[in-house]
Amino acid sequence: MAAVRRKPRLAVWKFASCDGCQLTLLDCEDELLAVAEALDIAYFPEATRAAVKGCYDLSLVEGSITTTHDAERIQDVRRRSRALITIGACATSGGIQALRNFADVREYAQVVYARPDYIHSLATSTAIADHVPVDFELRGCPINKRQLVEVISAFLVGRRPVTPAHSVCIECKLRGNVCVTVAHGTPCLGPVTHAGCDAICPSYDRGCYGCYGPMESPNAPALSAKLGELGMGQRDLTRIYRTFNAGSPAFRKESERNGP
Amino acid sequence: MDNQSVLTAAGLQALFDSLRRRGYRIVGPKVRDGAIVYDDIEGVPDLPQGWTDEQAPGRYRLARRDDEALFGYAIGPHSWKAFLHPSVQRLWKSRREGEEVAITPEPPSAERFAFIGVRACELKAIAVQDQVFLGGAHVDAHYRARREGAFVVAVNCAEAGGTCFCVSMKSGPRVDAGYDLALTEIMDGGEHRFVVEAGSAGGGEVLAELPGRAATEGDLAAAEAVVERTAASMGRQMRSDDLHELLLANLEHPRWDEVADRCLTCGNCTMVCPTCFCTSVEDSSDLAGVESSRSRRWDSCFTMDFTHVPSGSVRASARSRYRQWMTHKLATWIDQFGTSGCVGCGRCLTWCPVGIDITEEVRAIRDNPMERGGGT
Ligand code: SF4
Ligand code: SF4
Ligand code: SF4
Repeated sequence: MAAVRRKPRLAVWKFASCDGCQLTLLDCEDELLAVAEALDIAYFPEATRAAVKGCYDLSLVEGSITTTHDAERIQDVRRRSRALITIGACATSGGIQALRNFADVREYAQVVYARPDYIHSLATSTAIADHVPVDFELRGCPINKRQLVEVISAFLVGRRPVTPAHSVCIECKLRGNVCVTVAHGTPCLGPVTHAGCDAICPSYDRGCYGCYGPMESPNAPALSAKLGELGMGQRDLTRIYRTFNAGSPAFRKESERNGP
Repeated sequence: MDNQSVLTAAGLQALFDSLRRRGYRIVGPKVRDGAIVYDDIEGVPDLPQGWTDEQAPGRYRLARRDDEALFGYAIGPHSWKAFLHPSVQRLWKSRREGEEVAITPEPPSAERFAFIGVRACELKAIAVQDQVFLGGAHVDAHYRARREGAFVVAVNCAEAGGTCFCVSMKSGPRVDAGYDLALTEIMDGGEHRFVVEAGSAGGGEVLAELPGRAATEGDLAAAEAVVERTAASMGRQMRSDDLHELLLANLEHPRWDEVADRCLTCGNCTMVCPTCFCTSVEDSSDLAGVESSRSRRWDSCFTMDFTHVPSGSVRASARSRYRQWMTHKLATWIDQFGTSGCVGCGRCLTWCPVGIDITEEVRAIRDNPMERGGGT
């Protein structure tokens, strides 16, 4: 008699993050039942209280590595996971907290905490892939729910997820948006930013903020020259690349090229 | 001549009414989001009356005209390919029932479009895409359905945009083929009027229903003057008779490195180009593994995935991608389809966020070509 096909076991792990990305999973109202039917949600502290036990077929990892404890814990998560997919800007580039990479964390700790010696923070906030091999990275701050369902669906049937790494501009054009930079003179990071949000900000007449981090072949210096023509000074340019994906190499480099 | 007639703006509304009665979905220019876009329109009040566009590489602005012309602009960010070759087209869907999988191909669209305000360069661009989708052994059923059902109301340009160079590409500004009706808007001589010419039997039938008067010599001369004025005021120029030879002899020109420093590889130029036709095929499947579908979506030679092979992207550098785009457009397109892939519409200049100007890139190579045989 053929064995009953076991549902793949899913775990959702949290490191330094705001929980927004894992909540995207709960936010999949229409699809959540289907997810629960397709996968055995074995470990998901945000939704259930089951304990860490054994191994998982799919681990979704949210958050960045900011403490020595987390740096050890991610090794354990990797050992327990057949496939490990990182979700969101924190897990894929260090997140907003990677701003610390540009500063002296010990100095902050002295100012903020009464007993800074209790604080075991690392000097940097880094992506999960800087610590362990990662099977797939899903970008965004927060991730897009449609893309999360796509990544899980693709995992289930063993195909490559459709999450193109080209510019946000292409999403803009697929939607028929009028370019805010060309037609209104609004600064926009879309040309250097990884697609995935469906160009939501330009669709509402705003420039792209770069939530999905660098696209596959970003030419940030060339875009900065244009942003400068549109009135952004060096200080603005330093800061505009230093938001949700400040720790990604391309944005970090361009930010530092424009100022300290 | 009875295939020419003169309409007033009110007469033009009768054209819309007639097309709607015939069951067309009317798409034409209107002001939206600070630009003149192509969208569903009801009639004359939706047209961008009194508006024009100011265009330069990387820059587009709407501006008021000092008259009330309805078609007094050049072209906007959209092209008709968005309707004939939509950005996403489902090809089939499938459903699994037990061990059986049923595949349902997507039927070709039954939509019949009437396009209002199609310019000469755009007619040429449609002819170029006709060749791509209908010309070879493999006819694209989706494109064919939309294309065959379409009614084309063309307009002779009364205003050349700052990035236009149709004269150089021999694709305008006069519309000469591929339309059902062609309008020339005449603003001078006090009376705001349109000289209308039928270019097909269907166009003639519609025209016969419209409340026009016969065109006089004076009307025809005025219409001729409009096109001549436009032809004399092109925003850009590009010598085009030797491009095939010039570009292919300069594949290792240092200019490709220079343009690669400025190019964002964002792909906007290919998306707005009315002749670019490339797509990627994308599959989707649901969580239960029961339903799946396949679609094609506009893609671009500027993306890495477009030339991805197991060892990576064949065109990983910006240099190779820009060079591919420009040499295909202007040179190897001729080998492939017997015509240039560029109709001189200027969209890729205007809508490039950093204003890379294809005419300027050609000029840089032409002014300083490599020694013959110097390429590798
Ligand atoms: S609005 Fe931004 S993302 Fe959209 S096309 Fe323009 S530059 Fe690109
Ligand atoms: S290459 Fe540029 S100018 Fe030529 S048809 Fe395409 S968008 Fe228009
Ligand atoms: S030429 Fe301009 S629009 Fe085209 S990919 Fe380069 S930067 Fe983008």
